[in-house]
Amino acid sequence: MAELRVNGTLHRIDAPGDMPLLWVLRDLLGLIGTKYGCGVAACGACTVLVGGVAVRSCQTPLEAVDGPVTTIEGLGQPGALHILQQEWIAHQVAQCGWCQSGQILQAASLLRQIPRPSDAEIDAAMAGNLCRCGTYPRIRAAIHAAAARLAAEGPAAGNADGGAP
Amino acid sequence: MNGRKIWRRARRMGRRAFLVGSVLTGAGVAFGVHTAARRLPNPLRGDGVMNPWLVIGPDGPVVVVPRAEMGQGVTTTLAALVAEELDADWDAIRVIHGPPAAAYFNRVILRPALPFAEYRTSALVEALGTATEVLPKAMGMQITGGSTSTVDGFTPMRAAGATAREALKAAAAERLSLPVADLKTVSGHVVAPDGRRLAYADLAPDAAGRDMGRIALRPAADWRLLGRALPRKDMAAKVTGAAVYGLDIRLEGMRFATLARPPVCGGTLARHDAKAAQAVPGVERVLPLGGGIAVVARNSWAALKGLEAAAPEWETPADAPDTDAIHEGLARAISGGLANSRLVSRGGEPPADTPVLEYRLPPLAHATMEPMNATALFQGGRLHLWAGCQTPEIARHAAARVLGIAPDLVALEVPFLGGGFGRRLETDFVTLAAELAGQMPGVPVQLFFSREEDMTHDFYRPPLLARARIWTDAQGGPGLHLDLATQSVTRSAGRRMTGLPSTGPDKIGVEGAFDQPYALPNLRVRGHLADLPLPVGFWRSVGHSANSFVLESALDELAHLSGRDPFEMRHALIAPEDPSAARVLARAAQNAGWGQDGRALGIAFCHSYGTTVAEVIEVTQTEHGIRIPRAWVVCDPGQALDPGIIAAQMEGGLIFGLSAAIRGQITLTAGAVDQLNFPDFDGLRINECPQIFVDIQPSGRDPGGVGEPAVPPAAPALANALFALTGRRARSLPLQDMFDFA
Ligand code: FES
Ligand code: FES
Repeated sequence: MAELRVNGTLHRIDAPGDMPLLWVLRDLLGLIGTKYGCGVAACGACTVLVGGVAVRSCQTPLEAVDGPVTTIEGLGQPGALHILQQEWIAHQVAQCGWCQSGQILQAASLLRQIPRPSDAEIDAAMAGNLCRCGTYPRIRAAIHAAAARLAAEGPAAGNADGGAP
Repeated sequence: MNGRKIWRRARRMGRRAFLVGSVLTGAGVAFGVHTAARRLPNPLRGDGVMNPWLVIGPDGPVVVVPRAEMGQGVTTTLAALVAEELDADWDAIRVIHGPPAAAYFNRVILRPALPFAEYRTSALVEALGTATEVLPKAMGMQITGGSTSTVDGFTPMRAAGATAREALKAAAAERLSLPVADLKTVSGHVVAPDGRRLAYADLAPDAAGRDMGRIALRPAADWRLLGRALPRKDMAAKVTGAAVYGLDIRLEGMRFATLARPPVCGGTLARHDAKAAQAVPGVERVLPLGGGIAVVARNSWAALKGLEAAAPEWETPADAPDTDAIHEGLARAISGGLANSRLVSRGGEPPADTPVLEYRLPPLAHATMEPMNATALFQGGRLHLWAGCQTPEIARHAAARVLGIAPDLVALEVPFLGGGFGRRLETDFVTLAAELAGQMPGVPVQLFFSREEDMTHDFYRPPLLARARIWTDAQGGPGLHLDLATQSVTRSAGRRMTGLPSTGPDKIGVEGAFDQPYALPNLRVRGHLADLPLPVGFWRSVGHSANSFVLESALDELAHLSGRDPFEMRHALIAPEDPSAARVLARAAQNAGWGQDGRALGIAFCHSYGTTVAEVIEVTQTEHGIRIPRAWVVCDPGQALDPGIIAAQMEGGLIFGLSAAIRGQITLTAGAVDQLNFPDFDGLRINECPQIFVDIQPSGRDPGGVGEPAVPPAAPALANALFALTGRRARSLPLQDMFDFA
């Protein structure tokens, strides 16, 4: 029985230790906002935050999770959206949307490390997140906008900084 | 053009006009006039049902958008069509997909199959077009595809809003004992001259069921919602993880299943180890499915592990082809026998010593981000399906056939689609889920393809082999002869969809090449079909995706051959034929600063699905390889119903086209697809993505589609830019085989 803190709630999980966090979240906890795209760390659709840092949940066995998990559901909800979610809406980023949870959480991890990223830093951080619909120009714009607001308004502009609740 | 003139023209166009393919009009005639005239029943029941597209409940208006939301923004734009006439506030409108129903058939889905150049024959196509409505109506072709949703919905969905508005006013007039003419509608209310306001929700029960006849629709000048970039209806759900896709369906007691089928067409299951699979914790059953096996488990991970443990092995037909054999098949189709089509042929022949330029394009997978899946529950003789599907009514009937039950006993719900690109026009994932559910009655089961199963069991964009001859005639007029050989998507997908054979000239095989507005004095385009053992289907922009590469590359070569500027030559050829298309092309050149400095630029043009697009791409050589810093897109979609969504589709279409151009290819070894996952079949990443400048230039005619038209020019514009940069001409894709990209 493993203990897992997800979006602030402690869960006891009855699952093999090698079960990837992706399937724990989706199939055992019903947190379907985290997506399966490839299962081999090649697309980023399954990205979540562990201890505030982006990881590929399809490649993270349950037994290796060493911090609190934040999924897209925990990052922000209507009425209390994270600043990245707000800018994602303002820039109308999503098309099909399947990749977007992963994109947003990857961006949250980026802004924690580099509050005002350059284009090159955005490229480096986001290149592992595939979007078949081609929303990259808007992702870039939304990250810059969120970063600018965070610089101007402080972290309180969003409800959270994507870190461990 | 008046009716008589149209038919004279049709006669002049000869038999061709009527060899539309039996799949269209032949079958249409078989269904008869009765079907064509029949009024289809409204599938919606209950209070406040105004018409098949609109319910006004106690919580406000709910628009039924019976098209799949796969990212193209259809829930937003189709809802806006209704809302525009209804005078409801945008925020108050909710959207649902609604049930599959014949009433939601797509009137225009088969129109592009007419073998004419669409840009010039709209009145003729309009006349013949009604014939192409018969089959979709008779067969309940509720289809999201062919960039048709707004084209199809433009009039009926505005009319749905307008008739509802007038019905609400009529009900209010009775209640207030006032003439209808005195009433106005504002923000979801009928307003009387004295300021009294009646909410639509209160009036709806009274208003429903009134036949208001035909109501005049508002002119574009009066639009308040259409023409604006509206906040998408699906956006908030998609950034908070709340959006439910097929793979996100969760039901009480639901099991998860994944499958493996023969990796080769015509292959069979040789052996598998069911015991080993069942030894995996969580695995419950191993069942036969689709010629292979499915492993049913308590979660997806156990199903995947169980399948690995089952280690299925396959018998493979001895003559299974490699990639080379596929291309040899195409070469045989070009060289031998009669061409399938010759939809344009004018001017003279090339000199005998004109070299033959050969172009090769590989098959392509769709690789939607959400792998194929469907969820099914077979209980009490009824089947309930949840599937992200572009063809719900066809899928429902196909699933009924699999289980041998009446279609009435099958219900299908369509959640969001994690990408479509044409892949979800097929019904394989739905019928497989039905077949599996039939073996485990009473237990809901979610069947999902692993990424590897998805990539190796696609219906691919067919490969293309093309031969071109280019020359300049004695009068200085450019000449182009094209022979295009491919597999017929019309025949294979058409049969899967309708069960009907199709014959005649296959337009898809040559669209994007024969039908562009170039006034070339010497032009011949012949299409050849090869019957090859690779399953093929509709891939975003279909024939245009491949044929436009050939046409636009060959034209570029022609320009260089005759010492002309590639933009100037194109413009000179288009201007007399289609002035508004020439404006689009010129605008793209202007935006990009064409010819102003030494930058390496490539240009390409394609008219498809009612929309004209020109793209210019810039490439540079860096120390890490070639980069694509910038791209310009200019489009004329007729009307800019939602400029925000149109721009997003232009950006996404360009990127989708570039992904395929640079690295997209499916290859076969002994019949099996070599590419298994994204490392083998990748898309463009953010670090490779150019800055994109989209410029929407609507000409005011009826709306064209926007989901596909940005795809075709991307590959040739890039190849032409690479020629400008390096002097090396790419005649085959993917481009990474020839160039080093950063
Ligand atoms: S599903 Fe984990 S990276 Fe693709
Ligand atoms: S929005 Fe569709 S894959 Fe990114």
